[in-house]
Amino acid sequence: MHAVEPQVTVEIAQQLGLTPDEFQRIQQIMGRIPNFTELSIFSVMWSEHCSYKNSILWLKTLPREGERLLVGAGEENAGLVDIGNGLACAFKIESHNHPSAIEPYQGAATGVGGIHRDIFTMGARPIAALNSLRFGNPELNHTRQLVKGVVHGIGDYGNCFGVPTVGGEVYFYDCYNQNILVNAMSAGIVEVGKTVSAIAEGKGNPVFIVGSATGKDGIHGATFASADLTEDSAEDLPSVQVGDPFQEKLLLEASLEAIQTGAVVGMQDMGAAGITCSTSEMSAKGGVGMRIDLSLVPTRQSNMRPFEILLSESQERMLIVGKKGQEQLLLDVFEKWDLQCAQIGEVIDGGRLEFYYEGEKVADVPAESLVLGGGAPVYKRDYTKPAYLDEIEKFSLSKIPVPLNYEATARQLLTSPNLVSKRWVYEQYDSMVRTNSMSTNAPSDAAIVRVKNTNTALALTTDCNSAYVYADPYIGAMIAVAEAARNIVCSGGQPVAITNCLNFGNPYNPEVYWQFVHAIKGMGEACRRFDTPVTGGNVSFYNQTVLKDKTEPVYPTPTIGMLGVLDDASLVMTLSFKSAGAQIYMIGTPSNDLGSSEYFRHVHGIVYSPAPHFDLNEEYQVQQVIAALISKQYIDSAHDVSEGGLFLALLESAMAGGLGFDIETDANFRKDAYLFGESQSRIVVSVKPENEDELVNHLNANNVSFTRLGEVIAHQIIIDEENFGTLTSWQEHYHNFLGSMMSH
Amino acid sequence: MMHVIGQVMQQEVTKLWHKDKSLAGFDTGDCIVLPGGFSYGDYLRAGAIARFSPIMQAVIDFANSGGYVWGICNGFQILCESGLLPGVLLRNQNQQFICKNVFLRVETTHSPITSHTTPGQVLKIPIAHAEGRYHTDEATLRQLIDNDQVLFRYCTPQGEVTEAANPNGALDHIAGICNAQRNVFGMMPHPERCSEGALGNTDGKVLFESLLQASAVTL
Repeated sequence: MHAVEPQVTVEIAQQLGLTPDEFQRIQQIMGRIPNFTELSIFSVMWSEHCSYKNSILWLKTLPREGERLLVGAGEENAGLVDIGNGLACAFKIESHNHPSAIEPYQGAATGVGGIHRDIFTMGARPIAALNSLRFGNPELNHTRQLVKGVVHGIGDYGNCFGVPTVGGEVYFYDCYNQNILVNAMSAGIVEVGKTVSAIAEGKGNPVFIVGSATGKDGIHGATFASADLTEDSAEDLPSVQVGDPFQEKLLLEASLEAIQTGAVVGMQDMGAAGITCSTSEMSAKGGVGMRIDLSLVPTRQSNMRPFEILLSESQERMLIVGKKGQEQLLLDVFEKWDLQCAQIGEVIDGGRLEFYYEGEKVADVPAESLVLGGGAPVYKRDYTKPAYLDEIEKFSLSKIPVPLNYEATARQLLTSPNLVSKRWVYEQYDSMVRTNSMSTNAPSDAAIVRVKNTNTALALTTDCNSAYVYADPYIGAMIAVAEAARNIVCSGGQPVAITNCLNFGNPYNPEVYWQFVHAIKGMGEACRRFDTPVTGGNVSFYNQTVLKDKTEPVYPTPTIGMLGVLDDASLVMTLSFKSAGAQIYMIGTPSNDLGSSEYFRHVHGIVYSPAPHFDLNEEYQVQQVIAALISKQYIDSAHDVSEGGLFLALLESAMAGGLGFDIETDANFRKDAYLFGESQSRIVVSVKPENEDELVNHLNANNVSFTRLGEVIAHQIIIDEENFGTLTSWQEHYHNFLGSMMSH
Repeated sequence: MMHVIGQVMQQEVTKLWHKDKSLAGFDTGDCIVLPGGFSYGDYLRAGAIARFSPIMQAVIDFANSGGYVWGICNGFQILCESGLLPGVLLRNQNQQFICKNVFLRVETTHSPITSHTTPGQVLKIPIAHAEGRYHTDEATLRQLIDNDQVLFRYCTPQGEVTEAANPNGALDHIAGICNAQRNVFGMMPHPERCSEGALGNTDGKVLFESLLQASAVTL
C-alpha cells in the first residue's frame, strides 16, 4: 500500500523551499507538472546546499588553478594536490552548522563522518582531521551544553573511526549564541593515478548502494540547511542524521579494498540529499542516466515511501557504479567487511534518472537538470554596504584609556575564552592515533603530520578570525588566508592550496551578500598572492537566528583550511622557546593598532573597531623571510602574533618551552597596542646568541622590519623590568580556565 | 602498531583476521598483540563484543599454552573481558575521553615487556581512552600486588604516585598488569605512539626491546 502523495501545487513547492519561479522552471524542464517525488528531488538538488545557486558566480572568481592541483575545484568530492613521492593529498572542509545547533552531538559527529567520506570516496585514506568551531557566550548554559555536545560528538566519531584530530580552532562570540558553526576538515593520502572519480559510465553497468541501511533520518536535511534557523527549528529534529563511526570504519576499509579489485567505475558518498544527489551528480558527470529500483534499497524500517528513500540522509552509505560482469568481486569485499551491498539499478543511456518502486515508475527526471553547472538555477544577487560599518568608521583610538596596571590587564585579558588554551576540548580528541602526529610533543603553528615511508610531512591549519571579517570583509578574509599561510610557513611548510567553508547569513539579505562578495574578493586576492588555489569546500548560508523581534546574522566566517607541505619533515619549525639565553626578535612592524583586538572586546567591551592593520605584500615578504630563516636553520622557534597580540605570542612560546622571557616594549607606541594589538604580519622568533648575527644580517639584507625584544629566561615573565609573575602562575590558568568554565 | 613492530623494530609482523579461528604456525617465540582501537565500535562496553571474535578462542588457547599476549588500550580491555587478565576497565572518572601524555612508573622489571627497564623508571607514554579506569575486587588487587603483577602505575614526571597524576581514577593508580604466569600483559597507555624520534618521544620503545629479548630467550 502506498501512502497518497500530496497533490503538487506552487504552495507545496514553496513548503519544500522552492520559489514560484523555480517551480515554473521545473515544469518547463519536465514538460508537465512534476509529481511529489520529482518535486522533492528538485527541491533538494536546487537547495542552496546542493546547488550553490547564490554563490557560484562569485566562487568562480577565486583562483582555482595551480601546478600541484590534480583535479580542479568542484570537479570531485574533494581537492587533490600532488605532495611528491607519487602521492597526493585529498582534503576538504565542510560545515554541519544547523544540525549541530539543533542536536550538537549527532550534528557534529555526522559532520566529521561526512567529510571523511568525501575523502575516502576518492580512494584516499584519511590521515588527519581538523575542525573549526564557533560558539556563543560561554557564560550561557545553552552554549556550554552545545560545546559539550559538539566536542563529545566530534570526539566519539573521530576517535572510533580511528583518524586523529590534529588541529582546529574554537571561538566564542555572542553572534553565535543560537547558530553555532561546526566546520570539519579531513585530509587523506592516495597514490597519484589511483583515485576514483564520482562518475557513472557505461550502459548496463551495475549501480550498488553499500554500507548502512536507509532510514528516515535526515529527510530534507539539505533543505533544512538552506533556511534560517528559527525558534521552532528544534521541531525539525528528524532532519538531523545519526552517525555510526564503526560502520564508517568498515565502509572505509571496504571501499578502499573495492577500488583495489578494479571493479569500480565510480563512487560517491551519500551526504546531503542521499540517493538523489549521488545518482544525479554521478550521472550528469558521465552524461548518462540510471534506472534505479528503490524497492531494492535496504531500509531500516518498513513502509518507507519512495521520496523518503530518495531523500534520506542516513549516514555511512556510498553509491558505487561497478563494472558489468565483475559484480561478484565487489560483493565479496563487502561481505568480508559485513556490509550490505545491494545492486539497485544500472547505468542507462539518455541522461534520465528513472526511479521505480515495486514495479511502478515513481520519478523520471533528466540528471543534468538537477545539478550545479547543469540545470540548477544560478542567481546574481544585489548587495548593499551594511549600516554597521558606519559605526566602525567612526572609531577613534585616542578616546580609549591606557591601562594603569599592565600585569592586571594581561591577567584580565586571559579570562577571555578565545585566548586561553583549548586543552579541555582537544584532550577529548584522539590526536595521535595512526602515529603520524609530529606536533604532540613539539607544537608548531600548524599541525604537522608525517607521511609514512617518505621524508614528507603535511602542515595543516584552519583559520578565520570572524571579528576581523565583520569589521572589514575584504581585509578580514585576506587575513584569514594570510594567517593560514603564516601558520604553515612558521612550521617550516610551504603553503600549497586551500579549501574553504564560507559561513554567512541569509544571501537574500543585501547586507549579508555584501559581506559575502567582499570576503570572496579578499580571499581571491590573498590566494593569488600566496599561490594557494582554492580546491573546493562548501558554502553555508542562512547562518542566522530569527528571534521574535529581529534577525541576527552570524559574523561572516569564511574559514580557511590550508594544506602545506614540508618536503623534508626534519626541518619542521616549532613554536616553543628552547633555551634560556636565546634572543627574542619580532619580525614585522609594530604599530599603534588595536583594531578588532580581543583586548578591545574583552577588556574594553568595544565591538565596533576597524580590522587590524594588514598589507598583503608586507605579509608575503615577512613569510618569505621566515621560510628562509627556517631553511637556513638560523632560528630556534617561530610563532605568529595573532589574537592576544605580542604578549600572548610570547607567553605561548614560553609555556610550550617551560621557560620565561624578559622583554622591553617600544616607547614610540602605546604600550597596550604594542603588547595586545593584533596588527598582522608579525612573527616572534628566538635565536641562539651564536646565530644572532646571521639572523640580523639576513633580515637587513632582505629589508624586513624587525625588533630585538629581549631574551628567554627561566620561569619569570618580565616586561619593561616589571615582573609579571612566574610562568607557572600563567600556565595553570591558561590551561585550566576553559575547563573550569565548562564545568559550571 | 604494525609500523612500529615492522618498520621501527624490524620484526616480521602478520595481521590476523578476527574471523579466523586458528593461530597455527605461531609458537612461544611469537607474541600476539591486541592493539588499540574501537572493536565493533565499542558501543556496549569496550571489548565486550570483541571477546567473542572467532580468533579469541585461539588467542586464549595460545595464552594458556604459554604464548605471549600483549593487549594495549582496547586490547587490554579485550583481555580483561575475555578473562585472560583479571579486573575490568571502567569509564574514566571524568566521564570523558582523554588523550594526552601521562607518566608511568615501572613497578616491576620482572615481565617480558619491562625487562629492559630499571625499577622505578619513569616513562612518558600517551593514553587515549574513555574506558581506562582499572578496577577489581580487593582480593584480586591484593593478589596482583603480592604476585608482583602490577607493571605500571600512573605517576608524576618525578615518579611520585599521586591522585593528581592519575588521569582516569584507576584503582591503586594501575596502568598495566600481567597475569600470574607473566605471559599475558595489558596496559592502557600506547607505547607504539612514542617509539620514534620523528614523533618526539621514544619512551615506549624500551617495552618493545624488552619483548624482543624475551621472545629470543624462549625460542
